[in-house]
Amino acid sequence: MTTPPMAPADTALLSEPGEAQVPAGEEDRRPWWRTALSRTVPIVGALAGIAVVWYAVSYLVLPPNQRFLLPPPHEVYGEMFGNARLMGPMTAALGRTFGVTVFGLVIAVVVGIAYAVVMSQWRYAERVLYPYAVILQTIPILALVPLIGIWLGYGFPARVVVCVIIAVFPMIANTLFGLQSATAAAHDLLTLNKATRWQRLWKLQFPAAVPSIFTGLRNAAGLAVIGAIVGDYFFQQGAVGIGGLLRVYTERLQLDALLIAVSLTALFGVLVFTVFAVLDRAIVGRWYGHVGR
Amino acid sequence: MIPLTSASTDRPDVDSADTASTLVLDKVTKRFPTGTVALTDVSLSLGPGDFVTVVGPSGCGKSTLLRLASGLEKLTSGRIDVSAASTSYVFQDATLLEWRSAARNVELVGELRGESKAERKRRAQEALDLVGLSGFESQHPRQLSGGMRMRVSLARALVAEPELALFDEPFGALDEITRLVMQTELQKLFRLKRFAGLFITHSVSEAVYLSTKVLVMSGRPGRIVGEIPVPWGYPRSPDLRHTAEFAALTGRVSHTLGEHS
Ligand SMILES: Nc1ncnc2c1ncn2[C@@H]1O[C@H](COP(=O)(O)OP(=O)(O)O)[C@@H](O)[C@H]1O
Ligand SMILES: [Mg+2]
Repeated sequence: MTTPPMAPADTALLSEPGEAQVPAGEEDRRPWWRTALSRTVPIVGALAGIAVVWYAVSYLVLPPNQRFLLPPPHEVYGEMFGNARLMGPMTAALGRTFGVTVFGLVIAVVVGIAYAVVMSQWRYAERVLYPYAVILQTIPILALVPLIGIWLGYGFPARVVVCVIIAVFPMIANTLFGLQSATAAAHDLLTLNKATRWQRLWKLQFPAAVPSIFTGLRNAAGLAVIGAIVGDYFFQQGAVGIGGLLRVYTERLQLDALLIAVSLTALFGVLVFTVFAVLDRAIVGRWYGHVGR
Repeated sequence: MIPLTSASTDRPDVDSADTASTLVLDKVTKRFPTGTVALTDVSLSLGPGDFVTVVGPSGCGKSTLLRLASGLEKLTSGRIDVSAASTSYVFQDATLLEWRSAARNVELVGELRGESKAERKRRAQEALDLVGLSGFESQHPRQLSGGMRMRVSLARALVAEPELALFDEPFGALDEITRLVMQTELQKLFRLKRFAGLFITHSVSEAVYLSTKVLVMSGRPGRIVGEIPVPWGYPRSPDLRHTAEFAALTGRVSHTLGEHS
């Protein structure tokens, strides 16, 4: 809490009326690692729940002769830590998928923000451009996959494109919402001060959109992971990604390897989402002056 | 004089008569495209040292009057002349940019005008000191109370060095105690700065306490139905509100309001 300083009587025309300051929320003053921890604990809990159900299915539901369909967790993950021949290619594939995710996300963010900014600047631009974004969002990605493959080949560029198509919509929608969130009075304030279009964008609309942009980023990041995995599930030219391995293990009915790969993709998705959720909280909190000074 | 928008801007006879006025409205009518007639035949004139308050029932066109005077809205017929080099507008809610500190909110005006960083920082600090916010420069709006947010808003209006200041029920959302404090402080600022002030309110006592003249408006379509001069000079003591003369004037304003609603 800041204590209200006393204004020297001769320089301040207005006296301090002794209004109470609204204190900044306590939870906003926790160190970042406490925030990260409080977000991690529920995830660990959820994982424990999954393990319980998993064991129950392996031992209580499946008869022993069908247990290969779902080997219990310790067998699967024992393999994970013990079998270097399996894990080497898997981590390499995960790394490539990570590359596609980052690349696709960066493109989705840049394109999404730019698209929304253009829509926010001209009334007709929104009416003309928004339907394309909605169409891109509603077409099932599976319907586009064959076309993308035919046009772009079956390598890295095609995987990135699938990733962008899936991730770009939340960036567009959230950024546009944010750019349009400034109040009519705030717009009047800039009009009265003869602000140019450029000043209005940079001093009002864009800063007003920052929290929404981070919401979009968080959602886009989660979808980018899915997009990258879907992309390398279908496009297997060149070095294989984790999605490609999922397909290989499925075809060979290698259930323990498949389960490890699925776990890794889930872990990867959760990790990416968490990073952006923490980033969102930290930056947006600071944006409104709640954290630090 | 800068004619804003007008059906008959080039009438030399009227212009020459109004050279001392900062703001002139002459037979102004406003009809919205929806068909609503918000104002009919409104005329008023104010110059430096005038603080005119407008009281009227809700929806009678008070905000429309200010929006026309500021150029935010175009008039349907009549004439509006503004000779002020700089006009400030204080909104009903403080209308601060939430991501900027108090000081940076006040600096916004200088930024939009292209002032140097040092210059606008100095002037913002001056304005914040004037409204009693020394020490709160780096606080963000969410960390400030309603009254303090309104002080930032007043500082932002003052930093523009306005010759004309328009107020649209700025204290309407504040609690009664804060509201009385803000009234006392606004008239001190007015005494110091001597801009031409046009202040909208629906509080009769606020209208009388602040102004050199109270205009009473009727319900829709808004029209000026009474004009009550206020005799006292500035500064005004908060205790003025408890005198018999004050009660007599508020009584007159209330009576005029009642006759036309
Ligand atoms: N942009 C607009 N379009 C149509 N009607 C409007 C608009 N702005 C205000 N009005 C109407 O004009 C009338 C006066 O509004 P306003 O000036 O806001 O009243 P007040 O500030 O006195 O409460 C109201 O009936 C309102 O509905
Ligand atoms: Mg109003």
